[in-house]
Amino acid sequence: MKLNPIQRRRLLFILLIIIAVALATALALYALQQNINLFYNSSQIAAGQAPLNHELRLGGMVQANSVKRMPHSLAVNFIVRDNAKSVRVSYVGILPDLFREGQAVVVEGKLTVQGVVQADQVLAKHDEKYMPAILK
Amino acid sequence: MWLWINKFAAPKNFYQIAGTIIPWTSILCALLFLYGLIGGLILAPPDYQQGDAFRIIYVHVPSALLSMLIYISLAIAAVINLVWRIKLADIIIAVSAPLGAAFTFLALSTGAFWGKPMWGTWWVWDARLTSELILLFIYLGVIALRAAIPLQESAARASAILLIVGIVNIPIIHYSVAWWNTLHQGETLTLTGASLIAPAMLHPLWAMILAFICYAKTIILIRARTEILRREKQSQWIQAFLRN
Repeated sequence: MKLNPIQRRRLLFILLIIIAVALATALALYALQQNINLFYNSSQIAAGQAPLNHELRLGGMVQANSVKRMPHSLAVNFIVRDNAKSVRVSYVGILPDLFREGQAVVVEGKLTVQGVVQADQVLAKHDEKYMPAILK
Repeated sequence: MWLWINKFAAPKNFYQIAGTIIPWTSILCALLFLYGLIGGLILAPPDYQQGDAFRIIYVHVPSALLSMLIYISLAIAAVINLVWRIKLADIIIAVSAPLGAAFTFLALSTGAFWGKPMWGTWWVWDARLTSELILLFIYLGVIALRAAIPLQESAARASAILLIVGIVNIPIIHYSVAWWNTLHQGETLTLTGASLIAPAMLHPLWAMILAFICYAKTIILIRARTEILRREKQSQWIQAFLRN
């Protein structure tokens, strides 16, 4: 590729802009790392890293055989866990279609002193696998 | 090679070459859409969890991919425009920015339609969704900036710089699901290794992706030809061309 001196200077200048902007963005994202994560893991909550009585999100798997519905109401209790620790969740409301035991969820709510997350909203997290029913 | 590129990039030659390419890309686009739509909407089996709702993937994934591919091409065109001052590069930027914005909007809206029943919410401020929204704003910014500056050359330079600065957002969109906890799922498609989707569902998806690419190419070429006619209307070859 032929570059005369003026073109070379322009190209260098553009590269410099890209590097500077990338560096600035990387530093900003690094500083904000915790805030960009959408949710806490159940291990982080069990370890006491999450603030009490503050709006937060908890992500993990719904533990098998842990979903207990209260009769005559929309109240439901279940346990969310990752591969180490588990956290109890209680929720009153309508659950999304994909909510089921063994599925990933993101729960939005407040952590109480008893270590239970009082949820205002339950979101189902879909995984990246797609397959027909027959293969399941 | 270099001479050849310069020759190709001359508006007059590009106008003619694009004219011969357009019918072929249109036919290819129609065939791919036919295969992809029939395969995706009728032949592919329903997902074991989402049922038929998963079929929005055949629009969502191609438009999200295109929103980024078009942006990358525009950023490359912006560098070419700034360094070599090739007129064609700015024409491509001018005509493809609205198309990129449209694909970004389509990706965001189809995602929201899918998210409401599946996740339980239209929108969540996770890293993937937010960075894609920023991409939409960058596209709109490029369009607005061009419209706000009356002098064509200044508009070209300003929008090129904005496009180059905005390129940092592209890797963030792509890797957001790997770098942070997000509600959005990780990558289903991989070029290397096995994709996490059943083959009967995968073939139509690739067809739809290629169809979207052909569609974008066709539209950009058609719009670029129109833009060339508008910008070069004083030049001799167009005067001669119009007289025939």
